[in-house]
Amino acid sequence: MDAELVQQRAEARARTRHSWRQTAVSALGPLTALAGLIWAIVQPYRITLLDPDRHGFWYLAIQPPLLVILAAAVFHFWVVPSLLVDLEEVEERSR
Amino acid sequence: MEPPAEVVHWMFGVGFLFLGLCLLAEAIVGRDVWSCRSWRAYLWPSVAFLMGILMWPVMVFYTSSAIHMLAHGAWAQTMMLAGMAQLGLVRGKLRNPLWELTLPLAFLVSGAAFLIHEQNPWLFSRAAFLHHALGWTGLIGGLICLGRAIRPHSPAFNAGFAFTIIVFAFFLFCDRNVAPIFGHLSPLAGGR
Repeated sequence: MDAELVQQRAEARARTRHSWRQTAVSALGPLTALAGLIWAIVQPYRITLLDPDRHGFWYLAIQPPLLVILAAAVFHFWVVPSLLVDLEEVEERSR
Repeated sequence: MEPPAEVVHWMFGVGFLFLGLCLLAEAIVGRDVWSCRSWRAYLWPSVAFLMGILMWPVMVFYTSSAIHMLAHGAWAQTMMLAGMAQLGLVRGKLRNPLWELTLPLAFLVSGAAFLIHEQNPWLFSRAAFLHHALGWTGLIGGLICLGRAIRPHSPAFNAGFAFTIIVFAFFLFCDRNVAPIFGHLSPLAGGR
């Protein structure tokens, strides 16, 4: 009985342990968003919404640091979830 | 109502950044896992093809000289060709692996077009510097793509390709209409 429990726990632990590939893929979006955030802090004048009266439509619509964060968010919330599921399945099969 | 040239560069920068993230993820998980879902396999070739299409209006509305127009036209054609060939390979309509060579071709043509159409030296202005930097990045990227075409499952070549695209995005985000580079701005470019 104890041996069975120990084995079940070991299997559960192996399932929850993320491979370096899963960790790396999961980190891509947040790291990119962090780069965008740091850029916005270093060059706040790039965030034209902070001073909207001085800028025209295009400079208010297209703000590079925010676009970097947007690209990272789209990648993280649209591409990554299904990729992690597939990666986990393939890694499970190869174990 | 046309967006300023630097804004157009930033918009392309977003496209390249997204493309680079997808390619980096593909390099990490491997092509087999990435292609588990068909929409994902089509994703980056479609984005590359779309950016090639969008390069045509840029060529029409933003080029001020014949050589500038020819360079943008060359990028549009080679990006569309590479995206289309990758779509054909993913779909299975194209079977000859030589179609993979359209990608290094796109990079080498783009790199050469950048270097040929930039008539000013590196420190003339930020735009000139970026043209030179993008040109050499394109040529180096072309060699990496060539390696990737020969060894498609090599993690080093796949990651190198992804990083080349991300470097492209970085340079495009750095672009300004008129700005100095490392404190240099030629009077001919608008400096004092």
